[in-house]
This record gives sequence, C-alpha cells and structure tokens, in this order.
Amino acid sequence: MVRAFLIGILSLGIIGTAYWGYREHQEKNAVLLHAENNYQRAFHDLTYQVDLLHDKIGTTLAMNSRTSLSPALAEVWRIAAEAHSSVGQLPLSLLPFNKTEEFLAKMGEFSYRTAIRDLDKEPLTKEEYNTLQKLYKNAADIQNELRNVQYLVLKNNLRWMDVELALAANQKTMDNTIIDGFKTVEKNVESFSETDFGPTFTNLENENRELSRAKGKPISKKEAKAVAKTFLGLKGTEKISIVESGKGALNRFYSLTIYDPKTKTETYMDMTKNGGYPIWVIDNRPIRTQKMGLNEATIKGLEFLKRHKFTNLELYESTQYDNVGILTFVTNKNGVRIYPEAIKMKVALDDGTIVGFSARDYLSSNIIDAVPKPALTVSEARAKINPNLKVMEERQAIIVNDVNEEVLCYEFLGTLGDDTYRIFINAQNGMEEKVEKLQDTEPVYGNI
Amino acid sequence: MLRKAIICIMFLLICYIRAGEAEAFSNQVIQKGAVGDDVIELQARLQYIGFYNGKIDGVFGWSTYWAVRNFQYEFGLPVDGLVGESTKVKLVKVSKYNERFVKEQIRKGNQFTHYGGKPLSKQTKNKAENTTKKAAAVNVPKGFSRNDIQLMANAVYGEARGEPYIGQVAVAAVILNRVKNPAFPKTVAGVIFQPGAFTAVADGQIWLTPNETARKAVLDAINGWDPSGGAIYYFNPDTATSGWIWSRPQIKRIGKHIFCK
Repeated sequence: MVRAFLIGILSLGIIGTAYWGYREHQEKNAVLLHAENNYQRAFHDLTYQVDLLHDKIGTTLAMNSRTSLSPALAEVWRIAAEAHSSVGQLPLSLLPFNKTEEFLAKMGEFSYRTAIRDLDKEPLTKEEYNTLQKLYKNAADIQNELRNVQYLVLKNNLRWMDVELALAANQKTMDNTIIDGFKTVEKNVESFSETDFGPTFTNLENENRELSRAKGKPISKKEAKAVAKTFLGLKGTEKISIVESGKGALNRFYSLTIYDPKTKTETYMDMTKNGGYPIWVIDNRPIRTQKMGLNEATIKGLEFLKRHKFTNLELYESTQYDNVGILTFVTNKNGVRIYPEAIKMKVALDDGTIVGFSARDYLSSNIIDAVPKPALTVSEARAKINPNLKVMEERQAIIVNDVNEEVLCYEFLGTLGDDTYRIFINAQNGMEEKVEKLQDTEPVYGNI
Repeated sequence: MLRKAIICIMFLLICYIRAGEAEAFSNQVIQKGAVGDDVIELQARLQYIGFYNGKIDGVFGWSTYWAVRNFQYEFGLPVDGLVGESTKVKLVKVSKYNERFVKEQIRKGNQFTHYGGKPLSKQTKNKAENTTKKAAAVNVPKGFSRNDIQLMANAVYGEARGEPYIGQVAVAAVILNRVKNPAFPKTVAGVIFQPGAFTAVADGQIWLTPNETARKAVLDAINGWDPSGGAIYYFNPDTATSGWIWSRPQIKRIGKHIFCK
C-alpha cells in the first residue's frame, strides 16, 4: 500500500519534472530564437544601410545646387548614424571592428559638417569633393563585402548565435564564415537608394490616393466578367469567379479569378467597380524557353495598349528576368514624358503573350490637360547641373516632386565616371528637383 | 606540368582568335534590359574596338547602352541604343568575337577583358591569383539587392507557402507597403524582423528554404503588382488570436488570409 503510494508520488514527480524540463527547454528555444532574430535584423539592416549609403554618396557626387546637396548630405548623415547603430547591435564586441565603425563615424561627421554649412557662400572645395569620392569608393568596398557575407548567411542559413558562442568560447580554429567575412570588411577599410522606386513611382501618399481616373457608373458582376473577357481575350470556356472588395478599400473593386480548364492555370484580375477599369492582371502560367527578345515583347505590349485605348504611350524601361520581360510604359505628350502616367506589363518571352498588367499608377495620376510652357531654355537648365556630368540625353518631362506636385522639368541623362545619373531640373525656376543614380544590375555574389 | 598545360591552352586560344571567329548574333533586336548570349557577344565586340570598358557580364545595363550609342554615333548609324540588323552587321564587320575564350572565362569566373590588338592570354586573371571573381551579373529591380529578394522570399515562404500564388504576391506586397508606411520600420529587414510582426519569424519557419514560386511572387510585388489593394495587415481568421485585428477595415480575402488597412 505504502509502496504503491510512494511509486505513485515518485512517478508524479518524474512526470512533473519532465514537463517542467520540457517547458524550460521550449522557453529557452523561444528566447534564443528571439535573440537570433534581433541579430539577423541588425545585420540585414546594416547591409541595406551600407547599400543606401553608397548610393546616396554617389548621388551627391552628381549634384550641383545647394538646395539639393544639403538635404542629400543630411540624408547621408542619418544613414551613417543608423548603420553605426546597427553595427553596435551585432555581437562583434570580441572582434576588432573599429575601422568600420570609424569609417561610419567619419562619414557621419563629414556629411554633417557640410550639410549645415551654407553651401551658397562656401561651396564644396576640391579637397572635400575628393574626400567624397574616396568615401564613395570605400563605401563600395564595404558594400561588396557585406553583400557577399549576406549571401553566404542566407545561403547556408548561418546563425548569429553560433558566432556569439564561437567568439565567447574563443576557439583557436575559428572557421566561421561570418567572422571571416567581417574580418575582410575590416581589412578593406584599412586600405541604396532609400528604396527609391524611380520617377514613375508617385510617392507614398499615392498608395492611399484614389484611383481618380476610374470614373463612371458602378458596373455589375456580370458586366465585370464581360470586361475581363474582352480585356484578356478569353474564349468563353473559362470558369470565372468574382468577389467584391471589403469596406477597407478606398475604391470599391472586383477581384476576378479566371480558371482555364484547358491549361489548368489561373489568371487573377482586379477591376474598379466604377467604370470597370482593369487595375492589374497576373497570369500565373508556367513560361517555356525564351523565343523572342525584349524588343519584340515591347512591340506586343504596345499593340496591346493600343487595342485597349491607351494612347500616346512609349517604352520607358525594359528588363528581362529569366524568360519574362518587365516593361514600363509612360505617356508622351508632344515630346514631354509624363512619368506619373505609367503602366507596367509582364510579357512572356516564349510566345509574347501578356502575363501581367498594372495600371494602378496610371489610374491614380491626376489628369494633365495642357503641358505648361517652360520658362527656361534647355541650355539654361543645362547650366544648372553639375559640370562634371557628361550629358548624353535630354528631354522634357513631368514628374511628381518631393512635395507631391506635378512639375515640368528638363530631364538629363548623363554619366560621371562609371555611373549613370538621371537629373530633373525644374523648367520654370531651375531648381534641381531630383538626382538619381541609376543602377539595375548586380554582380552575382558568393562565387568566391 | 600544369604550367605547360596552361601555356598550351593559351597558345591554342591565341591561334583561335587569329583565325578570326565571326560568330553571329541571333536575330532578335537587342535592347536595354536584355540578358543572355547576345548581350555577352555585344559587350565583347564593343570592347574589342574600345567602346565598352565595363565587365562582360551578359546584362545590357547603362554602360552597355552608352557604348552602343557611341558606336552608332561614330559609325553614322541612327543613334537609338537598339541593336538591330544594321548595327549588328556593322559591328560584326569591324570587330572580332572569340566566343570560346569569353564563355570559358565566364564559366570559370575569371576576371577578363576582350580588347583587340592585345593577346587574350594577357587579358585574363586566373582564379588562383584573384579571389573576387565576379564575372556574371543579373538584373535587379531598382533599390533592391538579390539578398533583399532572398530575405523576402524566405518570409513569404514561411508565412504563405500553402496559399495560392496571388496570395503570396499579396504577402510580399504587404511587406513593401509597410516599408513605405511611416508607422513601420523603413527597411525590409526591419519590417520582417519587427518583434511580433510575423508568426513565421517568431517560430523560426522563416529559415525554411523558399521555393521558386515564393521568389517569383516577391519579384512581382517589387515590380509594382499589389494584389492586397494597399493592405498593411493580414491575418488568418481561423488561427488569429488577437481580437484587435478584426477591427481593422478589411480590403479583401485571398485564400486563407484576410487583408486589411
């Protein structure tokens, strides 16, 4: 009796302990994961900030006027400070990493000093310009190394907790990719655009701006299906399901899912309820091997736009990803490009069909009735840009500037060293509205 | 032995280029943004006659574009940056292209150039001497690196791998909408790793290896497709534990997720 009782108590105790141990283990794992996530964030933030830093310094090199240079330098200062704080959060205290921190501090100081100075009275000296160029080069080196470490971290699923443990244990054979990578970064010092979406990206307020062009009477679901049928050139054998948007949507819209039983693929489409304007389309069919180039795809895209009454559009940008071409078209009114009126398209390079369409920017842009006359001539505007820039192309364009107004500008494309820049000079008052460093290719990392 | 072999190979290569290989382009009109063999040939040929000084990486970027335009200008062709029939014919006539040499260097990841009037053997640095061998390149959307895309693909796969394709694009779009929203961190990593923001991050599912679909979905979202209709939150009504999320104005439902403002 007593024995059975004791066994009962003991086994209860064992079960209790096991449960407690299990809970402890789980909690420990959760805490570890949480710490790991914080390290990961600091690290990926750091690489992004260094990207951005490199980009912004590059942009300042091509600027000319105080009104754009001062804010840009202030931006560099802010990013350098952020990157500095990200470095500080990484468990690298046991690693000699002071050169990189020093670089970031120097960068911050330099940009701060020049940003608060009245550059009209005291423009950048030749030496300061050289410093800027050197910092640009340094930032490029650090960026490259960090990107490479980042690539390896992502590819091999490396854990910062392991780095911390390795550093704490002070093992002699520290064969750790992260540690080695950071050592290279450090050695190099001894010797990205604020996710800028380009001129067609019409600022963040636009996300919540109404689709002002979508005028017209509300259409029924049946009418919406008919619109989809003509827009996508459907045969009529497809199964279409349709739902209306919820209360959170600024403009009511229909979401259509079109299932083609023949190919067993789905096409998705959103359409405004008022007037039935297609907002976007994605066709998720598998794309076979490439049979045509971007140029042919562009012609197909333009044909499609013309068929659907989008007139005066011209190609602004084309990019190939594997066997898909991404094309951006903008309005061209009498030789003036209107960047806010942009339409994006995805063309399959196997048979040239349109597999993606997005008119959100176009539909939410304001209607510009008449393009104003410029007060400045091209050569007057050209005199406003940095004399170091070699101008290769020029045209007139309307962009949405930082304060969300449509302004007529002279657009200049030019090169400085190996980099290409796009510069917008206000055609009325000569202000430097926007300076962008253009980059769209990236070397493949991790093949060391 | 190895050195002998290398010398032998280089000798062969020199003979090869002397023989005057004239491998022609395919019949596409090559324009900015293109990738592939035609672009490699274009860059190599432009470099041969000194118009292009960048890396031969098979991506038609800005420096290739300016090289093409300068070439067209110098040779009296219409300056449009498009490599069509007349530009190709002219280019093939005035330049040489050693395809085998170029392709081999790219495959091996060597740093190399392809200038005319200089033996090719002097224009390549071997892997052994040179540790940073970055010959090939890829197109990336403006403002995003391939690593950013990879990180986002991880998040999308961890959060929405069972969802229809469009639902995955929408999750990626929510991450981007948050980056643009002043109430959230300003970086992709900041948004993804914000404590408590995504369950896949909290329980470690983000470190599963993402598939190609997730990567494609991220690319679509970055390129401007937003099926979420501008949402900054989403939740699964079957598993949502917070009552607060139901108070958000809902935009639409895709698969198992409800997207809201």
